Amino acid sequence: MTQWEVVIGIETHAQLATVSKIFSGASTAFGAEPNTQACAVDLALPGVLPVLNKKAVECAMRFGLAIGAEVAAKSVFARKNYFYPDLPKGYQISQMDLPVVVGGEIPVMVGQGDKAYEKVVHLTRAHLEEDAGKSLHEDFHGKSGIDLNRAGTPLLEIVTEPDMRSSDEAVAYAKALHALVQWIGICDGNMQEGSFRCDANVSVRPKGQVEFGTRREIKNLNSFRFLKEAIDFEVQWQINEIEEGRKIQQATVLFDPDNGETRVMRTKEDAHDYRYFPDPDLLPLIISADWLARVKGELPELPTQKRERFISELGLSTYDATTLTASQEMADYFESTVTIAGKANAKPCANWVMVDLTARLNKEGKELADSPVSAAQLAGLIQRIADNTISNNIAKKVFEVLWNGEGATADEVIDKQGLKQITDSGAIESLVDEVLAANPGNVAEFKAGKEKAFNALVGQVMKAAKGKANPQQVNDLLRLKLSA
Amino acid sequence: MINASLKTLSLALASKKISSVELTQLFLDRIERLNPTLNAFVTVDAEKSLNFARAADARIAAGNAGLLTGIPIAQKDIFCAEGWLTTCGSKMLANFVSPYDATVIRKMHSEAGMVSLGKTNMDEFAMGSSNETSFFGPVRNPWDTERVPGGSSGGSAAAVAARLAPAATGTDTGGSIRQPAALCNLTGLKPTYGVVSRYGMIAFASSLDQGGPMAASAEDCALLLNTMVGFDERDSTSLERPAEDYTLNLEKPLNGLRIGLPKEFFGEGCDAGVMAAVRAAIAEYEKLGATTVEVSLPNSHLSVPAYYVIAPAEASSNLSRFDGVRYGFRAEDYGNLDDMYMKSRAQGFGAEVKRRIMIGAYVLSHGYYDAYYLQAQRIRRLIANDFVEAFKVCDVIMGPTSPSTAFKLGEKAADPVQMYLSDIYTIAVNLAGLPGMSVPCGFAGGLPVGLQLIGNYFAEAQLLNAAHRYQLATDWHQQRPGGLA
Amino acid sequence: MSLTLEQVQRIAHLARIEVSEAEALTTQSHLNGIFQLIEQMQAVDTRGVEPMAHAQDLSQRLRQDAVTEPDGRAAFQAVAPEVEAGLYLVPKVIE
Ligand SMILES: [Mg+2]
Ligand SMILES: [Zn+2]
Repeated sequence: MTQWEVVIGIETHAQLATVSKIFSGASTAFGAEPNTQACAVDLALPGVLPVLNKKAVECAMRFGLAIGAEVAAKSVFARKNYFYPDLPKGYQISQMDLPVVVGGEIPVMVGQGDKAYEKVVHLTRAHLEEDAGKSLHEDFHGKSGIDLNRAGTPLLEIVTEPDMRSSDEAVAYAKALHALVQWIGICDGNMQEGSFRCDANVSVRPKGQVEFGTRREIKNLNSFRFLKEAIDFEVQWQINEIEEGRKIQQATVLFDPDNGETRVMRTKEDAHDYRYFPDPDLLPLIISADWLARVKGELPELPTQKRERFISELGLSTYDATTLTASQEMADYFESTVTIAGKANAKPCANWVMVDLTARLNKEGKELADSPVSAAQLAGLIQRIADNTISNNIAKKVFEVLWNGEGATADEVIDKQGLKQITDSGAIESLVDEVLAANPGNVAEFKAGKEKAFNALVGQVMKAAKGKANPQQVNDLLRLKLSA
Repeated sequence: MINASLKTLSLALASKKISSVELTQLFLDRIERLNPTLNAFVTVDAEKSLNFARAADARIAAGNAGLLTGIPIAQKDIFCAEGWLTTCGSKMLANFVSPYDATVIRKMHSEAGMVSLGKTNMDEFAMGSSNETSFFGPVRNPWDTERVPGGSSGGSAAAVAARLAPAATGTDTGGSIRQPAALCNLTGLKPTYGVVSRYGMIAFASSLDQGGPMAASAEDCALLLNTMVGFDERDSTSLERPAEDYTLNLEKPLNGLRIGLPKEFFGEGCDAGVMAAVRAAIAEYEKLGATTVEVSLPNSHLSVPAYYVIAPAEASSNLSRFDGVRYGFRAEDYGNLDDMYMKSRAQGFGAEVKRRIMIGAYVLSHGYYDAYYLQAQRIRRLIANDFVEAFKVCDVIMGPTSPSTAFKLGEKAADPVQMYLSDIYTIAVNLAGLPGMSVPCGFAGGLPVGLQLIGNYFAEAQLLNAAHRYQLATDWHQQRPGGLA
Repeated sequence: MSLTLEQVQRIAHLARIEVSEAEALTTQSHLNGIFQLIEQMQAVDTRGVEPMAHAQDLSQRLRQDAVTEPDGRAAFQAVAPEVEAGLYLVPKVIE
């Protein structure tokens, strides 16, 4: 049996966060009446000319800076010529030979917990281009209706090297990129509205083979789930084809979420001849060192920078630091928590944010932004664990109360519900004595070498203390008395 | 008044010797009478024109008129004008009423207060050198109605030559202002690329197209150029430069002006009569204090081949928007979407336009791009560099505008290559992006001859000065065609 | 170099221009004449010459990100061949 290796490269179209189009002053707002946001330039009326949006360029510059790429001092806009009714000029203004961003890399964490590993995805390029309009196929007497509101919307097309080796890696990359573009404020990341769309180039090859297999490109995947399902289906399909002695033909395919399958849209034979050439209406885009430095100065601390800082300043593991910097909301929440709880509590803060809080959010399908427990509340709770006011178990109860909005702070909840931990050794000792006296059977079993019986006794003491006794103290006292 | 200069008209309007409405009506009447013969205008809308004239008269009465307020002008039908049919000489746009104004039109109407008399005929999408490719039929040369007026701004040239308008706008991608100016005895100027906004000027070849004035004299051109130029935020190739008054240095003596004579422009390939007139003009310049020096433009013979790669390449892409979806012509009967494209474009475009679109598509297509398009761009660089060298030893380059005088209608129509060679002296200027002019300099066989003046970048004022001094010393530019009552 | 009839038809399709068989023949002869003229370029050694795409060696001017264009749909669609419900209609687009 041949072992197959999967090779994936991803192209993403991220809609840039501008108020106007890339080459015109029409609005980019989503959801307007058809063709009310298509101005003379977007409609390609005779005689109109494009004028490039500076903010779109700065978005590309921010991206280049954020991924450690080269932001090209000179880049060139080219025309990609083809006829399509949603493409009013008969060409798309894009970048071909000289894109604005070259190279760069994005480190991503794949998998969870112990199985997690880091993967660095290398980028080929990112270039500026305009979006097309929309063809509506519902029936207009057998015709299609064209809405050009989206025509001319600024896009950054971000292209990776064929670096990914599984659908999990592809999804991890797509998620990291999705978080990054929002982090640096260049894209709203809204996948339903088409602000972030992925194409996946997928091929397979026998493990150990150097040459790539023939790839097929899956177009327009607008959710992480579809990205994974589409790749998984495609990989299996390609392996089956090869194993049954057929050759893969280069093709562009579409994923149908309804049946989970991909189908061919066009093959290499009917690929277009795009006749790219430099757009004579647009001179080369020159980015000066000064301008680049100014844009760099406006960037927020980047995920990779934050990650390094979490490791060096807070002593977090790479896994924790990467997980906590997966999105800006998460990183901000964590940092606010640590700021209040203190650097010494960084590790418990990390655990609470990554594990308890995240699990609770997932359970209710909530986003971090909508968390009922604020960073300040969580920090207050963690402080009470740290100073032994409550145990971890009690803390979970307090967290639940805070989550339900039944208390303003952890202290208030602990106070009102009398959850303060019993640390007085005299009080604990009398509880231990009561339990030993009441459970001679367990005592005998323990003495006969059954360690399980010890746990039962601990449970009894904790129960008697309504969970509030300091578990370590209970343990120590029980062992002392039993060995006497 | 019909033959008056813009300056004279301006004074007459300012002193209220005549109103703009009266002046406009004068020209409208003349158009009505003579246009059926010449076919210079494709659209005339008297009511619209008179409305502009009334507004101009109000401005004059209110005392806030500019030099050109109230002066009528003919607009090449390549400029979009709001509410006007804007056809670009094509069936494709025969029903296109522009919803917006080109920047040049807006400046003339709103800023200068000029009065548009109508839209002038032209070669379809400015592709031609004789005005025979127009969907609306050929324009006739007022000097001999059996002959072409040149092209592509042939309607503008014929209109001004026959005094259906005191002046006109034109555009020049490979000689389309200068060659018809030469063939119709006009003064025409193609400015440095980027000086006049291209916004609203229907694109033929974006890296070459430039609008400019066509009029009887250099002085008239200078006045018009003042209103046409200027930075436009809607054209990113438009240049941000301090405003310049092109009339300021018109009178400057020409003592010491160094005229470069490219040996390539004075060899074979030019009619003897044309060459004689051009040489006489240069002799006149020497009398005016200029000196001459031989220069060389060694790659100029490559300008036509390079141009017929670059211009069609850009055009093939620029004209893709004419697809029958959002405006313009859509075929009557078609099957699927592709069929609609194929038929609408096959029926909406004329033969020459289709030829150039196909040349362009070919030279950009996979496998041919390097050999044709890139090679043409490299030759374009060589041609531009030739001018840089030449301008090290001279101020203005002179030679013939066109290798022949106006030719007979139909004479070259069947042979595209012969037609293309009509622009052999003008094309290099567009490839380099330089300013160029054509100035009347005599007659050969009773037909006008044009002297071409080529300046360095932004030397429009110098060209106009050189032309104006010549026109003070000669009266070629004041000759009018006979036979048109 | 000389274009075949097939090449003429291929270019015509690239440019979305219907060309009948009879037209193709005339077009072929015209295009071949023009390409003969163009071929003069091939004799020139241009190694090391920077291609010139624009008439100016300048950088691109940019605009500020601001919405300046109001809705002009009514005026724009007044000149359209076929519209319905604010949409431009075309023969069914098949993906
Ligand atoms: Mg792509
Ligand atoms: Zn793209």
